[in-house]
Amino acid sequence: MGLSKRLGVSLSFIIASAAPVFAETSHRTAARLLSMAPIDWVIIILYFVTVLLIGFYLRKYTTTGEEFFMAGRKMTAWVAGLSFISANLSSLETMGWSAMSYQYGMLGAHAYLIGAIPAILFLAVIMMPFYYISRTHSVPGYLKLRYGEASRSLAGISFTFMTIMVSGVNMFAMAKVMQLLLGWNFDVCIWVSSITVAVYVGLGGLLSAVFNEVMQFFLIWLGLLLIPILGLIEVGGWHKMMTLINAQHPGENFTSLWANLGSASSNPMGMHWTGMVFGLGFAVAFGYWCTDFLQVQRVMAAKSLRTAQNGTIIGAALKMMVPLIVTVPGLLALAILTQKEGITLVPESVAQATGAPSYNDVLPLMMARYLGPGLLGLGITSMIAGFMSGMAGNVSAFATVWTYDVYRPLINKKASDSHYVSMGRWSSVVGVFFAILTAYAAKFFSNILVYLQVLVMFFIIPLFGVVILGMLWKRATSAAGFWGFLAGILTSVGEFIYVHVFPSGFNPTQLNPAHAQLIALSPLAQDMAVNMYSALWSLLVSMAVTVIVSMFTKPKSDEELKNLVYGLTKIPNEGPTPWYKHPNFWAAVVLVVLVVVNIIFW
Amino acid sequence: MMNRKIEIWFFIGSLMSIYGLLIFGSGIYYLFVPTTRQVALSDLHADIWWGALLLILGIVYCVKFWPFGNDKSAA
Repeated sequence: MGLSKRLGVSLSFIIASAAPVFAETSHRTAARLLSMAPIDWVIIILYFVTVLLIGFYLRKYTTTGEEFFMAGRKMTAWVAGLSFISANLSSLETMGWSAMSYQYGMLGAHAYLIGAIPAILFLAVIMMPFYYISRTHSVPGYLKLRYGEASRSLAGISFTFMTIMVSGVNMFAMAKVMQLLLGWNFDVCIWVSSITVAVYVGLGGLLSAVFNEVMQFFLIWLGLLLIPILGLIEVGGWHKMMTLINAQHPGENFTSLWANLGSASSNPMGMHWTGMVFGLGFAVAFGYWCTDFLQVQRVMAAKSLRTAQNGTIIGAALKMMVPLIVTVPGLLALAILTQKEGITLVPESVAQATGAPSYNDVLPLMMARYLGPGLLGLGITSMIAGFMSGMAGNVSAFATVWTYDVYRPLINKKASDSHYVSMGRWSSVVGVFFAILTAYAAKFFSNILVYLQVLVMFFIIPLFGVVILGMLWKRATSAAGFWGFLAGILTSVGEFIYVHVFPSGFNPTQLNPAHAQLIALSPLAQDMAVNMYSALWSLLVSMAVTVIVSMFTKPKSDEELKNLVYGLTKIPNEGPTPWYKHPNFWAAVVLVVLVVVNIIFW
Repeated sequence: MMNRKIEIWFFIGSLMSIYGLLIFGSGIYYLFVPTTRQVALSDLHADIWWGALLLILGIVYCVKFWPFGNDKSAA
């Protein structure tokens, strides 16, 4: 099974889902895919030196809680937007979706279109005012204000657990990828990357993480953009590429976004369009983009509400461009790898048995094909930056939620601000330590990774159901928030167990087609289809339970819900804004572009 | 951007400049000393023009966000 074993748009899912793949690839005997020249090493070492220098430099600017945990709430729209989108653009994202594009064709681009843009715009226009005006430090912090301590504790504890696990898996995956591609030592990769992350996040907090994410955004684009440019030159342009793909796959449709989603049997994903729209586009996308604190934290740290909204919309616009460096390389590989190099990529299970390259090797193979000395170093650096940025994002989010949503309310309520900053610094280091333990656990007990890959779905999707009802419906009660969230989590876990249960027992690496049919409405459903429908059902359950419990419990007064709920929140007047600077205008522009792109590639 | 002495854009510009210089330089070097690892379309010399592009972009960022001397406004 490839990197696609996840819900789709979530960085965390990609991190988590990719890990088993690389655990498996460790058994492969394939020679290293890439070999580096001395100039490539220089470029990589320069990157490490730069991020450490930035960490030391930023320490003096992060002495208060607001500065350490929220970057002083001074970020401009561009920095917030770049950081917001970079936190989702890890190396496993790029490698994973390139593999998806090879495996599923154009369908892989949905993660950047319907699987992201509507949700990001919804966050910008509808949800951001509530997050921002409440002046909370985190999404669990909003839950505390809206629903009370029980919901916050459940979200805070689950989130801290999740971020550490995901960070560890990211670390593990990086070490495995570098070992596989370049022959680097696993332990050295783990320790060098984790010490670097611990130093720069511990010193500069969210500010360091944001600086590195913005830098990573540039590195990823500069490192990978040459692949589609040179690839399209080589094949003779876009239409020629599509012609080559169709010629090599007669009877199959790899080149449409929607035309092959009429039924589950007409596309390689085994998914009906309803799964794409309601599963990916609604449940997964909204859950991930609107309530995953790792994402939301970046724009909550903007200097004003309008800046936060515009930063989020900039993120949406940039997100739509990512298929250029992710989907196109996968499609190019589909068009030319077999023809030019005689290589046909295979599923991971086959690769493991035969030593042949797998879908997951698409991006490294394309790097090896087009990037010579120096450029390859830049490409590898962009991958390392992506991995480390993913770790740093999770660690900084962990430090914030641990300090403000677990340590302060449950352990030490009345400490000074400097004490909480110190706790934040040390929890960053401790977080990295636990991430290292997770990485080694993943190395020795690879089945752990199978469970971690759906961890985010267990928590984030139900959380969205509860948060959105809390924002838009003042009748939602404290008890309902807690029970709705818990019911959603249990539904996610239950679905995961159910689709992996066989008469012979439980197998987390295989889908039971009969059970998958019940969840994903088709026996042909692949993992991705099952995950999307599972997310949809868990979201609906969390919302339904929240509504039902609310009917039988006492709501908070309007006064208590001021600045937390639609209708009881006055949007602050930030002065006159010309129409061309208004978030709603730019959200509409991005939405129109989304529609046009979907029509063009229908 | 964040009301502090050195902007993130300056760091990015510096790194891009150095990377551009290194890649451009290695491209020129490999023009005369062919590498053993041949890549597709190597005749286009992507390393030379991509390195030059990085160098120019990096210099533009460095100049625009130069932190020393005049007090620059936030980005």
